[in-house]
Amino acid sequence: MTAEAPHAATGPTTGKSPSGPPASRPPGPPPALLHRSLARALPVSPAVVLLLLFLAGPIAYCAFIAFTDLQLTGQAEESFVGFDNFRTAFGDEAFLNAVWMTLVFTVISALIGQNTLGLALAALMQRASKPVRTLVGGIVVTAWVLPEVVAGFLLYAFFRREGTLNAILEWLRLPTQNWLFTLPILAVSFANVWRGTAFSMLVYSAALNEIPKEITEAAQVDGAGGWRRMWHITLPMIRRSIGTNLMLITLQTLSVFGLIWVMTRGGPGGKSQTLPLFMYEEAFQKSMIGYGTAVALLLLVVGSLFSVVYLRLLRTEV
Amino acid sequence: MARSLATRRSSHRLAADAGLLVVAAAFVLPLVWVVLSSLDTGADLRVKVPDGITLDNFDAVLTPEITFTPLLNSLLLCGGGTALTVVCAALAAYPLSRFRSRFNRPFLLTILFATSLPITAIMVPVYALFVRVNLIDTMQGTIFFFAASQLPFAIWLMKNFMDGVPKELEEAAWTDGASSLQSLVRIVLPLMGPGVAVVTVFSFVMMWGNFFVPFMLLLTPDQMPASVSINDFFGNRGMVAYGQLAAFSIVYSTPVILLYVLISRRLGSGFALGGAVKG
Repeated sequence: MTAEAPHAATGPTTGKSPSGPPASRPPGPPPALLHRSLARALPVSPAVVLLLLFLAGPIAYCAFIAFTDLQLTGQAEESFVGFDNFRTAFGDEAFLNAVWMTLVFTVISALIGQNTLGLALAALMQRASKPVRTLVGGIVVTAWVLPEVVAGFLLYAFFRREGTLNAILEWLRLPTQNWLFTLPILAVSFANVWRGTAFSMLVYSAALNEIPKEITEAAQVDGAGGWRRMWHITLPMIRRSIGTNLMLITLQTLSVFGLIWVMTRGGPGGKSQTLPLFMYEEAFQKSMIGYGTAVALLLLVVGSLFSVVYLRLLRTEV
Repeated sequence: MARSLATRRSSHRLAADAGLLVVAAAFVLPLVWVVLSSLDTGADLRVKVPDGITLDNFDAVLTPEITFTPLLNSLLLCGGGTALTVVCAALAAYPLSRFRSRFNRPFLLTILFATSLPITAIMVPVYALFVRVNLIDTMQGTIFFFAASQLPFAIWLMKNFMDGVPKELEEAAWTDGASSLQSLVRIVLPLMGPGVAVVTVFSFVMMWGNFFVPFMLLLTPDQMPASVSINDFFGNRGMVAYGQLAAFSIVYSTPVILLYVLISRRLGSGFALGGAVKG
């Protein structure tokens, strides 16, 4: 920090302050101005350094090693292999399976599960009595706040052969099965719904609260039923929230690792192996860092595309 | 008309209450299980009334090796990471909020873009990079990465909160000769106390629950935070002691739940979403 900064910051009054620039100054950017922008840039620098070294750096490094055959062991130098890793990936059935699993996981758990359930909960909460609202909100948010691994462990217990779900099914005299073995991708998707719905619920509650009461009441007096009001009035009014919410939960779901790792390790036989787990297995269990990183790069590119769309949705905000 | 609307409304309320309670029942089962199992000597995988309520499970896990060391490691990692994040974010947010510059918009857009990148994807290259620069298996390396990964969102939130503090109050201090740093620390940050608290708690909670980052970057068992050490219960011990695992889960989760309750009471439940998801 310098003494100049506070005076400079007051803008128009700069010239009048005693330590301001002299009345006559040489042509070109005045030194005080340069000084001022430096003083203003200084506080940003720790953050920028951290971001460059530990975020932008790894991303750049990712883009580099994805094109090499870097391995963990038995190799002195990696060499540049061009697009080989990507060519291998698209010919690799395990990779294509992971892409498919990621798609299934994201569509079922985020786009359908979290999004719809979150909206439904938020809409019901608008009408529910206060104690019920508080109770339900508390339960759903607790699931969200729990650490990822704990959530994974709780749902692992829920879906195990000896677990609570089968106990309930038995009690209802319905057929039971070993969920983590027969339908692992559904089990982990449900787990992600359990853990993530609170986010959508909070986003939609905030959005619904901003709709003026008069509008829905007017429609109600005009005889529009609940579903019609939802479809023709509420949904169009919160469409921007829907867009941003879908974008964010998709991105969160794309990077889920711990939850699936704890519940199934991606198994059995890759039946719940999404891209992050595939990436981890190739890079570490098979020591193919280059190949694993190529997968990571693809994931990052998909994420960036979503991120850009998200920015466009928000473009008026910045 | 008014009366029929009123009766319709109360029947709607009943239907809404019933619907919510059904969903809540499904959501609460795993939570009920973990609480009951932690108090049960013969805990297994399903929800059941304990054979006899006991604190033996807590007794068994509350040892330095199982609980205290991992929790202390978590505290060091997340405390360090959070402190670094909050300090850097507050410093960075100040000029972004206070001064107009043609760099602000591109910088903020980059930050916002980075908030939604899937960090999971870069863990493999981060590992490779950390091996190269000898940061692998170090607390400080992990803290730096934690801070960097949380910074974009922290800067964004901090800037939005800071925008809410009127500039006039600072101008008075400036004329009295205070520097920017002084006015940030003495005037702006105290006035946005709840905002700083939100950024702090949010960063801490995110790091506390994070599994993948320490799982990748730390190797030595006695440096592991609780998010990774909980895996040992599943490890090669054969029989899993579910009651103890449940007790550990509760001990490990309690701090973040308390922090969340503390902060959401003050700021309304939508706090964490701040400016980032305004539709």
